[in-house]
Amino acid sequence: MSGLDFLTTRLETALGWGRKFSLFHYPFITACCGMEYMSAACAHFDIDRFGAGLTRFSPRQADLLLVVGTVSHKLAPVLRTVYDQMLEPKWVIAFGACAVSGGIYQNYAVVQGIDRVIPVDIYIPGCPPRPEMVLDGLMKLQDKIQHQKQDWRWARKT
Amino acid sequence: MGQENLIEEIRAKLGQAVEDVSESFGDVVIMVRPGSLRSALAALREKPFDYAVLLDLTCVDFAAAEGRFELVYHLYSLSRNIRLRLKASLPAADPTADSITGLWKNADWLEREVFDMFGVRFDGHPYLMRLLTYEGFEGHPLRKSYPWRLAQPRIPLKDKD
Repeated sequence: MSGLDFLTTRLETALGWGRKFSLFHYPFITACCGMEYMSAACAHFDIDRFGAGLTRFSPRQADLLLVVGTVSHKLAPVLRTVYDQMLEPKWVIAFGACAVSGGIYQNYAVVQGIDRVIPVDIYIPGCPPRPEMVLDGLMKLQDKIQHQKQDWRWARKT
Repeated sequence: MGQENLIEEIRAKLGQAVEDVSESFGDVVIMVRPGSLRSALAALREKPFDYAVLLDLTCVDFAAAEGRFELVYHLYSLSRNIRLRLKASLPAADPTADSITGLWKNADWLEREVFDMFGVRFDGHPYLMRLLTYEGFEGHPLRKSYPWRLAQPRIPLKDKD
């Protein structure tokens, strides 16, 4: 770092930069899209390149909820509970056609899109989506995080 | 006991309860009157028939006014390695049958599933609640009259203890 002793930025930008490259994700996997999730997460496609490689298996430690697969009405309260347990700031990706819209299951048992239960930031369609699409969705989410209004309560004067 | 003798013996044992006997895919199929369902199954469970295993209990909706719901019991005899299908048709209005949880323990969830999906009630069942869908679900989804795109009412989240 010779010759560069300091740099200037806006706190919002710095926070966004920090947050978008340190996504701890919680995989809520219920169906076959989980295979594509594994593919995207492992070495071949490697979401760790985008700073989202650290999987947490507790929603309390995660800030990105990946809803991967079909969510039935009976499972919906569980998904809601998991979402409520996550600390803010938090984001949600609907991974695959089933999570986006119910997919091929238009029947009495399946929730027609998880946005009926929890708010969703990024929708990744496909049955299942290819890992490239997952990475594309992840980069779009990073874009969104970078440009959204950053909530930093710890710095706010009360 | 050959197939012919078996049918004769079952007829002799169940008597008036039997409505019809036929064969399908090598197995005997017996139609019984819904009122004598439980006693027929109890008799078939004992020797000499010895159908000790209840493989499956399910239902078919034929959407006809009479005999709309057909209960289907699949029995299996371990000692003789043969299967038997026993059926009983129930009316469209208030379909009810006797519970056989006293004969086979596994009938408990099977009957709950049939109740959940078809709305067939089982008298004498210890806990006849929905099995696969949730509390607050309206209608019985495997009935032919159930609209396939029906949106269920939203129910509030249960309070957490």
